[in-house]
Amino acid sequence: MLAKEIERAGIPAVYVTSLPTVATMIGANRIVRGPAITHPFGLEEDDRKRIVERALAMLETDVEPNTVWEVE
Amino acid sequence: MKTVHYLNQFFAGMGGEEQAETPPTRLEGAVGPGKGLAAVLEGVEIAATLACGDDYFAEHEDDALAALLEMLAEIGPDVLVAGPAFGSGRYGYACARFAAAAAERGVPAVAAMHEDNPGVGEAGAAYVVPTAVNVAGMRDALPRLGALASALASGREIGSAEDEGYLVRGFRRNYVAEKTGAERAVEFLLAKLGGEARTEVGGDMDRVEPPPPVVDLSSALVALVTEAGCVPQGNPDHLQSVRAQGWFRYDLGGADTLASGRYESVHGGFDVSLANEDPNRLVPLDTVRGLERDGRVGRVHESLYTTTGNGTPVVVATRFGQEIAGELRDAGVQAVLLSGT
Repeated sequence: MLAKEIERAGIPAVYVTSLPTVATMIGANRIVRGPAITHPFGLEEDDRKRIVERALAMLETDVEPNTVWEVE
Repeated sequence: MKTVHYLNQFFAGMGGEEQAETPPTRLEGAVGPGKGLAAVLEGVEIAATLACGDDYFAEHEDDALAALLEMLAEIGPDVLVAGPAFGSGRYGYACARFAAAAAERGVPAVAAMHEDNPGVGEAGAAYVVPTAVNVAGMRDALPRLGALASALASGREIGSAEDEGYLVRGFRRNYVAEKTGAERAVEFLLAKLGGEARTEVGGDMDRVEPPPPVVDLSSALVALVTEAGCVPQGNPDHLQSVRAQGWFRYDLGGADTLASGRYESVHGGFDVSLANEDPNRLVPLDTVRGLERDGRVGRVHESLYTTTGNGTPVVVATRFGQEIAGELRDAGVQAVLLSGT
């Protein structure tokens, strides 16, 4: 819901979560799948770099509603 | 059976805006649109019409309600009918508040107004019949309003919003179904395979268009927001672990990282030990600072927004989102990284 209201204010937001199904149900638009509930942004620093970079790339990309990106 | 009909000063024929300060007034029988209403009521007659100026009600709500309720009690109707108010906000509000108060006191009540009228949310346990946005919808509204009013007066059980033609009030009523959930679910699946989507529980999530992408992240102000319950060690503001009562803003103070021992998570919905070993696992400040230094992002917003996304009702989470979004917008934030669990 936070993501949706921030988007409603016109600010692009990326929601990083290990539960993208819930995120799409609620209506968030830019969603990146994180590895786990306990560490959505990644356990180690290099995981975090990949996940954050994926999230930033999504912020720079035009998307269809409720889009989920995986992290390689 | 008898009903009392509530109208504003205009529909009661007293005048327009210049009569909007009229205090509650009792008129005999049906007045104005009440005559059309009387023709569509079944077994119910309009004993009296109560009129009140829209401004008087807005400015003296307690007095107005007290007077109207007293008049209502003197007449002792089987149902109260208020409006139709269509799109008029003050009038719709007054109809809703009076109907809600009557319903609270055991007098079944129904109001009528456009679904976007601010009064809709104020009707409490009273019913609201949707109408067109202006008086051109009177002929369409009266029969529907009359039907529900007659049903309420008769004392029969009122069915669902969809069946009876009123706006959903948000109450859930349990009933014993003839078929088990398993049977009904299979029926829905078969229907879906046949191309027809059916549901027993309505989805009422609205949709927001994705905002355009950030044009130049290297000059953008990026904010970090989290629902993972990340707070300064010791949780100084007592953020709840479940059913959060609010959200908090913490100054990152230029820090390069969320250090273990200086931040912790109080989220009650998952095991926070990994997060407490390294809070960057929830809010990747270390990584984002590095990107700020490298010029991949312009600037990291020094305010971290946090709450616990655990058992928060949708309407509450929406309010949090609106409040946080307002601050972000005022601060000129251009992009947000939001961590959820």
